[in-house]
Amino acid sequence: MLTNFAGILFDGIAYGSLLFLIGIGLSVTMGLMNFINLAHGAFAMLGGYVCVVAMTRLGLPFLAALPVAFIVTAVAGVILERTLYQRLYQASHLDQVLFSIGLTFMAIAAATYFWGPGQQPVQLPEFMRGQVRVHGLDLVAYRLFLIALVIAITLALVWLVTKTRFGAQVRAAVDNQQAAAGMGIHVNRIFALTFALGSGLAGLGGALGIDVLGLDPTFPVKYMVYFLLVVSVGGAGSIRGTLVAALILGVFDVTGKYYVPEVGAFVIYALMVLLLILFPAGLYGRRA
Amino acid sequence: MTVVANPPHAANSTLHRLPDGRWHRIEIVFWLLPLAAFFVLPGYLVLGSQILIVSLFALSLDLILGYAGIVSLGHAAFFGVGAYTAGLLAVHGWGEPISGLLLAGAAAAATGYLVSFLVVRGEDLARLMVTLGIGLLLYEAANKAAFITGGVDGLSGVTMWKLLGVFPFDLGGKVAYLYSLAVLILLFVLMRRLVNSPFGLSLRGLREGGKRMPAIGAPVRRRQIMIFTIAAGVAGIAGGLLAQTTQFVGLEVLGFPRSAELLIMLVLGGAGRLYGALIGAALFMVAQEFLSGINPVYWQFWIGLLLVVAVLFARGGIMGAAEALYTRLRRKGK
Repeated sequence: MLTNFAGILFDGIAYGSLLFLIGIGLSVTMGLMNFINLAHGAFAMLGGYVCVVAMTRLGLPFLAALPVAFIVTAVAGVILERTLYQRLYQASHLDQVLFSIGLTFMAIAAATYFWGPGQQPVQLPEFMRGQVRVHGLDLVAYRLFLIALVIAITLALVWLVTKTRFGAQVRAAVDNQQAAAGMGIHVNRIFALTFALGSGLAGLGGALGIDVLGLDPTFPVKYMVYFLLVVSVGGAGSIRGTLVAALILGVFDVTGKYYVPEVGAFVIYALMVLLLILFPAGLYGRRA
Repeated sequence: MTVVANPPHAANSTLHRLPDGRWHRIEIVFWLLPLAAFFVLPGYLVLGSQILIVSLFALSLDLILGYAGIVSLGHAAFFGVGAYTAGLLAVHGWGEPISGLLLAGAAAAATGYLVSFLVVRGEDLARLMVTLGIGLLLYEAANKAAFITGGVDGLSGVTMWKLLGVFPFDLGGKVAYLYSLAVLILLFVLMRRLVNSPFGLSLRGLREGGKRMPAIGAPVRRRQIMIFTIAAGVAGIAGGLLAQTTQFVGLEVLGFPRSAELLIMLVLGGAGRLYGALIGAALFMVAQEFLSGINPVYWQFWIGLLLVVAVLFARGGIMGAAEALYTRLRRKGK
C-alpha cells in the first residue's frame, strides 16, 4: 500500500516536472510581457513533432533529437515574437486571447495536415525503457531521467536569473519596464530572448513528454488548461511558484486519477478553482 | 499599470452620443430578413434555427464582453446548463416548451449568479481562468454523471409537447424556426432596451474605465453581478431552445470549443454592438456549414487565420468597419 503510494507520488512528480518545464515559458511571458498566450501549448507540440521528425527522418537518436527540438522551437518562437506577438503587448487581454486562440487553431490544423490526426510514437533508447529498483520500489527509468533533467534545468534557470547580468535585466524588466528601459536596458531584446528561451523550453518539454503526455494535433488545447493552471496558481513570473504549482497539480492529478478514476479530471479543476479563490494572485504572485 | 481603454470603441465619434431607443429603418428591414428566409429558403430551416439560437447565445456573451468588458472563456457553461435543464425536464415527463424554456433560463441564471461572485473578484487573467475552470468543471461533471445526462452518448429521448398546445414540432423544422425566431426577437427587444438604458450606459462606463466608476458612485460589483446573471440566463434560454428544437442534448454543448467559437463570432461581427453579435453568428454558421463540409481541417486553419488578422488589423469587426465607413461618408456629405 505504502510502496504503491510512493510509486504514484513518483509518477506525479515526473508529470509535474514536465508541466513545469512547459509552463515556465508561459509564466515568464505573462509575468514579463503581461501577455496571455494561449498558444503556448502549440510550441510544446512543435517541439514534439520536431523530435519525432528528427528521429524518424534524420535518424537521430532520442538524446540528440532533444536539443534539436529546443533550438527549432526557440527559433520559431523568436520569429513569431518579432513579427506578431510584439504588436500586441499593449493590446487588451481580450485581443491577446483571441489572437493566441487563432494561432492555436492554425497550429492544430497544420499539424493535422502534415502528420495526420493520430498519436505519434517515440522510440526511447534501450537504457531508458526498463525499470530501476530503488529501496524495493520499481521506478520507470525514463521518468527518473525526466526528473533529473528537470532538476538540472531548474538549477540552471535559477542561476541564470539570480546570478547573471541577463537575469538581472530580466528581473528589472519584470518589476518595472519603464524604469528598466530608462536605465538603458534593451527591454525589447530582453523580451525576444526570454520568449525564445520560454518557447524553447516548451518545445523541449513537448519532446520529452511524448512518452508521458502523448502527442497528437489536439495537444495544445488538451493541455492548455494545465499550463495556464500552473501559471495562474503559481503566480506569473515566479520560477519557485511555477515549480510548486506544477508539482502540486501533477501529484494531485495522478493520485486523483488513480484512486478515484470515476471522478477523473474533476479533482484538478476543483482544486484549481479553490486555489484561485484562496490566492487570486497565485501562490507566489507579486502583482496583487 | 495604466488602464488600457478598449481601442475599438475609443475613437468613434458616433458612440459619444447618448443612446436613444428609437428603431431605425435599417433595423426593421434587418428583422424582416429572417422572416423572409422562412418563405424563400424552406430547405434550410434546420440550419436557420441553429443560426437563430447561436445568435441569441452570441448576444448573451456580447452583454458581458462587449458592454461590461468582462472576458469569459467558459460561457458555454450556461448554455449547457440551460440545454440540460430543458432536455431533462422533457425526458422526465414535462415537455411543455415555454415553461421548460423559462426554467432553463432560470437554472442558468442561478448558476451565473453563483459564478459571478468568483468572476467579479479578479482581474482579466483570473477571470479567464475562473470562467475556463467552471466551464471545464461542468463539462467533466456532465461527462461523469452519465446516469443523468447520458454522458458522451448525449441525452436522447427528449419529446416535446405541442407549442402553445396547438403546434407540434415538425420534421421540416417550420415550428422550431418560428419558435426560435419569436424567442430571439422578444429577447432582442428586451436586451436592446437594457443596453440603451442608464444601466446599460453604466456598463459601458465599467468597460472604459473601471477605476473611475466608483468615484461617481456606481456600484461596480453589483452591476457586474447583475449583468453576468442576466447574460447567463439568456445563454441558458438559448441552450434550452437548442435542446427543445433538436430534441437532443450532446455533451459538446458544454465544451470549450463552443465558448471559443462564440468569441470568434463576436469578434468577427464586432463586440459591443448587438447587431455585431447577430451578423457574426450568422456569417460564422453559414461559413461553417458550407466550408467545413469541404474539409474540417482547412476550416479550422482559415478561421484561426481570420482571427489573427482580425485582431491585428480589423478591430471592431464587420460592424466596426461599417460604422467607420458610415461616419466617413457622413462627414464627406457635410
